[in-house]
Amino acid sequence: MVEAEATTQEAHGHRALQHHFENMEQQREAGTLGMWVFLVTEIMFFGGMFLAYTVYRSLYPAAFASASNHLDITLGAVNTGVLIFSSFTMAMAVYFTQIGRRRAPVICLVLTLVLGLTFLGIKAVEYHDKYVDHLVPGYLIPSRPFGPEVQQEGQPFDEHKLHLLPGATVRQVEMFYWLYFAMTGMHALHMIIGAGLLLVLIYLSLKGRFDPEYHSPVEVVGLYWHFVDIIWIFLFPLLYLLGRHLEHGG
Amino acid sequence: MSEHIVPVRIYLTIFGALLLGTGLTVAAAFVDFPWQFNTIVALTIAVAKATLVVLYFMHVRYSPRLVWLIVAAALFWMAIMFSLTFSDYFTRHWLSPGY
Repeated sequence: MVEAEATTQEAHGHRALQHHFENMEQQREAGTLGMWVFLVTEIMFFGGMFLAYTVYRSLYPAAFASASNHLDITLGAVNTGVLIFSSFTMAMAVYFTQIGRRRAPVICLVLTLVLGLTFLGIKAVEYHDKYVDHLVPGYLIPSRPFGPEVQQEGQPFDEHKLHLLPGATVRQVEMFYWLYFAMTGMHALHMIIGAGLLLVLIYLSLKGRFDPEYHSPVEVVGLYWHFVDIIWIFLFPLLYLLGRHLEHGG
Repeated sequence: MSEHIVPVRIYLTIFGALLLGTGLTVAAAFVDFPWQFNTIVALTIAVAKATLVVLYFMHVRYSPRLVWLIVAAALFWMAIMFSLTFSDYFTRHWLSPGY
């Protein structure tokens, strides 16, 4: 019986090989290619938002710089580090799966998940700060409709107030925050989906489903995770850093 | 035959480079460069970081030509989307206000 099973496996190759592929290598390359095609659609999706950002930023440069200066640069920078670290642990999870280790990939995947959740936690703190300061766009925000207090000339410095640079209006600042919440919100949604995918990978990895021959799910989720990292690499300077040199007095 | 396995040393190097890039971009944001150079510097660093992620973390450097083609196609279509939109928005002031 055992012998018969072994022979069957031999004839059909790896147990994870689908019948419409010649061998594991072809199957893996097809999977990676498919994921890249999906990522192209994601690039175009986020590209549209980056496009809208560029157009409105060129229309309202002073308002965009004022609004950007209200974002917490420390939290933004720490979150960038957290996300880069999570990309590294994700890459290591793929590596350890490729060389056939059993426990190391699980540890790396759990680390990636924890770092991803840390990112989302810090993001939630930032969203709450903006909510408190009346900076979430729209009139229907419960008890906090859009309408930040504006810092007046000669008043003592208040970090909760909006510091408008010359030529900026509050309405234009609202446009920045529409884009801020749309872009970081879609990014956070991608992170949440990624966290779900990581949970599945951790489960499958614990069950020993992956080996050096078959690890496409790990590789493909890795591609997705790195893509989400890349989006943040662009969001961070564009949203958080854009007007700093103006505020520090240039 | 089998796939290329990127050594740990390279992953660590890229990780360090990405953290360095993040530090650089924050530091550069507080410096006053003339004209639009603050944005240009920030975007150059971001593109460099993204390239490192794509080539090494995402293994494109060691991937078949077909993957390269797909990545290039994405950038090409992005460029079309941006340039056609900009050719509208950034030329509107050429017209007299009556239009």
